[in-house]
Amino acid sequence: MSRSDVLVDADWVEARIGDPGVVIVEVDEDTSAYDKGHIPSAIKIDWKKDLQDPVRRDFVDKTGFENLMSERGISNDDTVVLYGGNNNWFAAYAYWYFRLYGHDQVLLLDGGRKKWELDSRELTRDVPERPRTSYTATEQDASLRALRDEVVAAIGKRNLVDVRSPDEFTGRLLAPAHLPQEQAQRAGHIPTARNVPWSKAANEDGTFRSDDELRSLYQEEAGLDFGRDTIAYCRIGERSAHTWFVLHELLDLPNVKNYDGSWTEYGSLVGVPIELGEAR
Amino acid sequence: MSATPAPDGCGAPAGGVSVSAATGTQAVVEGRVTREGAPVATGYARLLGSGDEFVAEVPLGDDGGFRFFAAPGSWTLRVLAPNGLRAERSVQADNGQVTKVEVAL
Repeated sequence: MSRSDVLVDADWVEARIGDPGVVIVEVDEDTSAYDKGHIPSAIKIDWKKDLQDPVRRDFVDKTGFENLMSERGISNDDTVVLYGGNNNWFAAYAYWYFRLYGHDQVLLLDGGRKKWELDSRELTRDVPERPRTSYTATEQDASLRALRDEVVAAIGKRNLVDVRSPDEFTGRLLAPAHLPQEQAQRAGHIPTARNVPWSKAANEDGTFRSDDELRSLYQEEAGLDFGRDTIAYCRIGERSAHTWFVLHELLDLPNVKNYDGSWTEYGSLVGVPIELGEAR
Repeated sequence: MSATPAPDGCGAPAGGVSVSAATGTQAVVEGRVTREGAPVATGYARLLGSGDEFVAEVPLGDDGGFRFFAAPGSWTLRVLAPNGLRAERSVQADNGQVTKVEVAL
């Protein structure tokens, strides 16, 4: 993988609006953004309703993903272009998800909804109709996802990248500053984790920094050993999907997992070690 | 705690930020962005710490509104809107207080 295989700019997307082999998908937690206006021909995926299991804390299984793709009119052969709000957090999460279930032709729109809006590009309220397909997913690729026991075992052995804000990392806040402060039972971070907020990987307009800047950020500033395996986490796994995208897709590091349980799980586990304050 | 329903994720509250927050012990920074008296509904408010360290960002609501649940302290609020419009304000957040910031572009 390299940047040009996984990331496209707004001009590229604009030129392919209406292309039958390209499906543009807006992914948000707040899907009212889509309803107020979206990129022409784009369909929507709701991060919570469509991608999460309605009962258990987990994401939809293989059959659920197949049903979602089929119902939205996405074929196995389609090139899927994902974009969304929050600097592409949820789009990056969906990207990770498409990869987990084996969809190869998937791309992220650099800058997401924000750059598109700040560029004053066209938005529409027209909702396209796509005929149903018969989508087949692969089994979940376990090499991309970390579960809690693996995370605890990785303390001191692998790179742990905590991509939350410094206030969440040190334990001063439990959630990002635009949300009410609740969720995990305990504040802090996983011992030995390095704090590289996701936002450092992005420019102000939501686009990703250059590969050289990103390498310097993780290797020189944060001291990550690129020869080691890496697990990224945040609070619920979507900001860390953004960092997973940077490390695994843009910088092409081989063994990077996203821990989607993230702090809301880890910070509520009984008996696991927690560190407060700055990284040690 | 009451009022603002907590989103399950890290995204913006549904429908922007037009709901009213009860602060409890939280340090809330909120306000509205206008241009020539009209709300700016397309744009982003960013909360930055010392040294321009990014803290949080929300899209502006239909009424140009934004809200952050910050830690107590001094922050910079930066607003980005189409056509290169931007503005910056210094804000002080305190526990149990709602700090109001009105931004005219």
